[in-house]
Amino acid sequence: MSIRTIMLIMLIAGTVRAVQASQYVSLWPLPQKVKILDLSFKLTSFNIVDAKESSAGSSCSLLQDAYRRYYEYMFGIAKRQGPRKSRLTGPSELTELQVWITSPDSECDGYPSVTSDESYELSVDLPYAVLKAPKVWGALHGLETFSQLVYEDQYGAVSISDFPRFAHRGILLDSSRHFLPLKVILANLETMAMNKFNVFHWHIVDDQSFPYLSRTFPQLSQQGAYHPYTHVYTPADVKMVIEFGRLRGIRVVPEFDTPGHTQSWGKGQKDLLTPCYSGSKPSGSFGPVNPILNTTYDFMSQFFKEISTVFPDAYVHLGGDEVDFTCWKSNPDIQKFMDQQGYGQDYKKLESFYIQKLLDIVTTTHKGYMIWQEVFDNGVKLKPDTVVHVWIGGGANEEMGKVTAAGYTTILSAPWYLDYISYAQDWQKYYKVEPLDFDGTEEQKKLVIGGEACLWGEYVDATNLTPRLWPRASAVAERLWSAKDVTDINDAFNRLSVHRCRMVA
Amino acid sequence: GNFVSHSLYLHTVEGVWPLPQSFTSSTERYPLNPKAFYFGYGRQSAAQQDCSVLDAAFKRYFSLIFPDYTSGSGDKPFTVEIRVDHADCDSYPNENSSERYNLSVSAGQASLNAETVWGALRGLETFSQLVYQDDFGTYFVNKTEIDDFPRFQFRGILLDTSRHYLPVQAILKTLDAMAYSKFNVFHWHIVDDPSFPYQSRTFPDLSSTGAFHPMTHIYTQSDVRRVISHARLWGIRVLPEFDSPGHTQSWGKGQSDLLTPCYRGSTPSGTFGPVNPVLPSTYQFMARLFKEVSSVFPDSYIHLGGDEVDFSCWKSNPDVRAFMQKMGFGGDFTKLEAFYMEKIVNITSALKKTSIVWQDVFDYHERIPKDTVLHIWKGTPASYKEELSRMTKAGMRVLLAAPWYINHIAYGQDWRNYYTVQPLNFSGTEEQKKLVIGGEVCMWGEYVDATNLTPRLWPRASAAAERLWSDEKQTSSVDEAFPRLQDFRCKLVRRGIRAEPLHVGHCKHEYQGV
Repeated sequence: MSIRTIMLIMLIAGTVRAVQASQYVSLWPLPQKVKILDLSFKLTSFNIVDAKESSAGSSCSLLQDAYRRYYEYMFGIAKRQGPRKSRLTGPSELTELQVWITSPDSECDGYPSVTSDESYELSVDLPYAVLKAPKVWGALHGLETFSQLVYEDQYGAVSISDFPRFAHRGILLDSSRHFLPLKVILANLETMAMNKFNVFHWHIVDDQSFPYLSRTFPQLSQQGAYHPYTHVYTPADVKMVIEFGRLRGIRVVPEFDTPGHTQSWGKGQKDLLTPCYSGSKPSGSFGPVNPILNTTYDFMSQFFKEISTVFPDAYVHLGGDEVDFTCWKSNPDIQKFMDQQGYGQDYKKLESFYIQKLLDIVTTTHKGYMIWQEVFDNGVKLKPDTVVHVWIGGGANEEMGKVTAAGYTTILSAPWYLDYISYAQDWQKYYKVEPLDFDGTEEQKKLVIGGEACLWGEYVDATNLTPRLWPRASAVAERLWSAKDVTDINDAFNRLSVHRCRMVA
Repeated sequence: GNFVSHSLYLHTVEGVWPLPQSFTSSTERYPLNPKAFYFGYGRQSAAQQDCSVLDAAFKRYFSLIFPDYTSGSGDKPFTVEIRVDHADCDSYPNENSSERYNLSVSAGQASLNAETVWGALRGLETFSQLVYQDDFGTYFVNKTEIDDFPRFQFRGILLDTSRHYLPVQAILKTLDAMAYSKFNVFHWHIVDDPSFPYQSRTFPDLSSTGAFHPMTHIYTQSDVRRVISHARLWGIRVLPEFDSPGHTQSWGKGQSDLLTPCYRGSTPSGTFGPVNPVLPSTYQFMARLFKEVSSVFPDSYIHLGGDEVDFSCWKSNPDVRAFMQKMGFGGDFTKLEAFYMEKIVNITSALKKTSIVWQDVFDYHERIPKDTVLHIWKGTPASYKEELSRMTKAGMRVLLAAPWYINHIAYGQDWRNYYTVQPLNFSGTEEQKKLVIGGEVCMWGEYVDATNLTPRLWPRASAAAERLWSDEKQTSSVDEAFPRLQDFRCKLVRRGIRAEPLHVGHCKHEYQGV
């Protein structure tokens, strides 16, 4: 008997630890509708092909690439473990999976967006399996699901109809507190795809370091990165991340967080940050971006113009969180400006003044923007398609209510700060979150477009990122994809245990 | 010194982890050329060429000292001359082995003197940490004088290969990292409830039915030999633990009648409890198993476990109850446990091994051989301090693990908690305090396997390493330790150990091969 079959039988018999076979086999995230029929099949000399009627063909590199990748997942593992033998003796042989993009515009050469159709239907029946999807994005998800079925090889015909509950399912990585080498970012995108995540929120710069190599302002990384050669992302690196993500249906949304969290920006851009004062003299240290100088906005214009051409996604994340007012308060020029504007002592108004101008700049680059909740909380005037990112732990439910009542789309991260590690099975608390569990109308709840699991980098780098993020983030993946009533934690444990082994393999 | 810049200060002895006991360092430095760098045996050394331990060490340390062996400036030769008093090259390190060394670095040469080869290994590790590179890649070592020895004799790491199987490579890699922090005992908690990966020659059914998988998730005799010999070359003792009578579910699969059948009323329930202490066959089995274990593992110590025995199954079993009556134990099952442990310790004593047991055995029972070592694993600082007092007052030797359960992860810089432990801060006489022979960092395996072992273990375990090796007064400041440990962590990363970061920042040399 093959090793796989032995493990399978032990799995079914429930003698291996406490994992039992789920009736949903081990699909993760659980599809919206799964029906398992009683036939059985065997896979030999298997192919993944374009269906004749498909609007995507051999020129669709996104799909061709995916076919090769998934073939390797499914049969590469088998090859490593020796010849496959199905334990079932049915004569039925499945020879191919046909992929049928049904919409005339497959979107094969495009970029995924928050409105992309990610639905698919999978029917595994003889003589061939058919994966139907309106767009390539659905096909990618269908291939992932199919590969999860094949990993087990123990059951038979299947009929699946699937689509995500939420359109924005993201992971935040922080490459400023610690530089993250490209390999780790790409490996993470690969794992995200296995979990049907579709947004990589790249918190690329912050106080500690500025690894983004800007064409327009190369001194930013030259002075601000941990090391100007070994700890930067060149334009080629960035392109690679974006394309690697695209081929997996993952949007890359960059975050350039201002006016706080910008210490590293000031090293290569003099006069960008506010000089703090000690009494009547500059103290030598610097604070947030200086909101009163025209040069600030000239810089931001040029900088965000570049960003809008480098990153194709329709959105950029502008940050706007945790602005410390003490430095502004100490600076006499700023005090004078506050008087001139009639802001009194309310520095929130100054922050709003800055953000407003920034948002206007970004709007001229034809990008939508996402901002952390403080920007909304402080009463800044936002465009209607602004996405508000709720992250503050206490009172997140009320905040969700407030933001949606004001008519803005929102994404939730507050309960999913995965950098906060603790002993034992904390994935369960991430799984139990219900994003729509706040007081609001149905209309309001429709404005919640999803959420993000955040892995802030204070204590994380390439040495520990992967085991810290996975499989805990998988709990968030299912919460954002699967139906609201998929809450059985024991069934989840059984499926997630197998899914985790699959990711390791 | 305040006027020495931060990075320069780390190029002196302060850059060594754990901090040596006594040292003088200087800013005078000498360039090193890998093409003209030699290890040699002093004429008065008892160990000479063909000393397996040191010859292997010279080879290893050369690559550790010169990680990118490309640059080499100047042609001044530099020799590290080793002199060892006792040529114990072919033996195993033991609980009395001296690890003392003296290292003297001056122009063109370093003299490393030690009583044993194990001390020489410690000295080589220190020397390798003294070498650094400038911005152009040139290697340097500063003029230094070091006299060093460990505060505690027993400085261990526990790995649990039952809750999750750890591939042999992962164990060997851990041994390497242990040597970099001067740990000297690998406590191998090899079997437990969930799985029995140890392939016994005498009882092959134990692993063929009790391992997670009988072929891919076992340690063959040759695997075990490999671990032991790899450890020996690093001066690390391998202490096996075969924990009983509790924590033995996996043993029952391949050895029927070993575990106590639990009863529901008057019929067996189908489940099993701890090892059955009333059957003679139990002790015959244990005698044969421990005979094998004693010959497979050369260390003179063996860990017998004895922790967390759940009495409910014993209570439910009529034969056990009858035995209790016969022995006059009444309803006190701690007496039954004590009876069992005593018999096991007698078995291992007869095999000339010294036993280590978890504290439960002492807590429940007074009659243990005087040379048994007690292992404190539970409780708040207040309670384990009390335990330390009690045990040492009874004249027993003690190992401390309770404050170093580093499998209990938490957000933030928890290494500080491990660093600030004061093992001898309990009420007792000087004589009593001498009975604390050392401590152990425990990495239990419930949530740990090869995917996350290394970043979870390092550099947090290194914080405990310094506490166990160095002088407590010289290493009482967490703030002073922080930059040193950060720097040491980068050294580990450069040596291929995926030690996780302490806080924000970067290492000059990282991601080569990640």
